[in-house]
Formats: sequence, C-alpha cells, structure tokens
Amino acid sequence: MAQVPILRIGDCLVVTVNADLDDGSALTLRDDLACRVASISARGVLIDVSALDVVDSFTARMLGDVARTVSIMDAETVISGLAPAVAMTLVEMGVTIPHTRTALDAQGGLRLLGIVMESARERGA
Amino acid sequence: MRLRADADLGRLRQRLRQLLPNASPFVITRILTVASELGRNALVHGGGGRCDIRPPGPGLRLLRLHFADDGPGIIDIGRALGDGYSTNGGLGLGLGGVRRLSETFEIDSAPGQGTRVRVALAC
Repeated sequence: MAQVPILRIGDCLVVTVNADLDDGSALTLRDDLACRVASISARGVLIDVSALDVVDSFTARMLGDVARTVSIMDAETVISGLAPAVAMTLVEMGVTIPHTRTALDAQGGLRLLGIVMESARERGA
Repeated sequence: MRLRADADLGRLRQRLRQLLPNASPFVITRILTVASELGRNALVHGGGGRCDIRPPGPGLRLLRLHFADDGPGIIDIGRALGDGYSTNGGLGLGLGGVRRLSETFEIDSAPGQGTRVRVALAC
C-alpha cells in the first residue's frame, strides 16, 4: 500500500494522487488529510488527480468525504486536473463531488486557494 | 481472474489497460470505471469473486466482462439499480452508473445464490 505524500504550501496542503490508488490507500489519505488540516490549521486542501485515468464512485466518495470533513474544520477543498475522459465518465455515471471546487490544473487550484505563484521572469518584468 | 482483495482491482484495471493499448482515453476510462465498480461489488458484497475478460473478436468493437460472486445475492435488483440506493454507505450510483456506461448490461442474482453481471463495452 503506497502512502500519498502531503505537502504544505503556505497554509494549504497539497497532494498529488498517483495513478491507480488502491482503496486502502484512499482511506488512509482521507484520514491523514483531516489530521494534517487540524494540526496546521490549514485553510485549504488541493488534491491533484491529473495522473488518474479512472475515478470511480468509491474514489469520488473519498474525495467528497475529505471535502466535507475539512469544510467542517473551516478549510476548503479544490480538486485539480480531472482528465476530460474522467470528467465525462463521472457525468455519465451521475456522480458529483459536493463541497469541492475544481481547477483545470494544480496552478489554477493554488490560485483558487489564494496562493499566487510568481515566476522569476514575471518578477523581473 | 480472481478478485480477492483491493490489490486485485488494481491488477484487473492494469490488465484491461494492456489489452487495449490503442483505445482512446474516453474508452479506457469508461471500461476501467465499469470494471472498478463491478469488481468492488464482488469484493465488498460478494466476499470475493471472479472476472472473465472476453476481448473483442476480429472486426468487433465490443469488450465483454463477466463478473461472478457467490455472496448473499441481491434481494431487490430493481432498487439496487436505482440511483441513491446503497447498503454499504456508498454513493449508490455504482450499478445504475455501470448500466449507463455499458452497451449491454445483464444481471442475474437472487438471495443466497450469488450475483453474476455481464456487460459489453464499446472499445
């Protein structure tokens, strides 16, 4: 079972879900995220799923559980990088992921959480 | 292949990816999602089961998956296919969603007699 690393950027937590997360790892991630949100008083959680070619109803429920849990703890959840095929399949299945906002990529997700990345080139301009 | 643990679902998905190396992402995602849902049902509700993969024949563009378990079976198939019905705290969208994603969908189950699901998926 692979543990998913949780990174801290400012007062937000960032995770990248690897291709093919097994069910046990998904539940561990959910619990770890909730604990880390509490321990650093995180304001936001970004979950990047761009590596996934499948988000089934179990994974969707895990993501929704994370979002609902951390929203009670006054933090918000952004899911980034849903592949077009994954998005369309979720729609066809009728699956929604409540309490989340979505972004096309991780950078957009960080921006939604109020973290603005400025490149050296932009700074110099 | 046998489905006895979480890891078997990952193996099933991996085998399907290898079987269809040239399929579009939309096709792959739909097939993997159906396999995940039905495989998990066999694990969680059936206490483990089997999946037979029938690759498309020459010139045919349908992949067939047959799932079977010897679990307690489904009491009310009509309700189990309806959205929002779950006996395990899930979303209750698995079976109904699978039916929407599949070209053909057959289910055969009765209390005490296990569950068999056969789907055909465009590929």
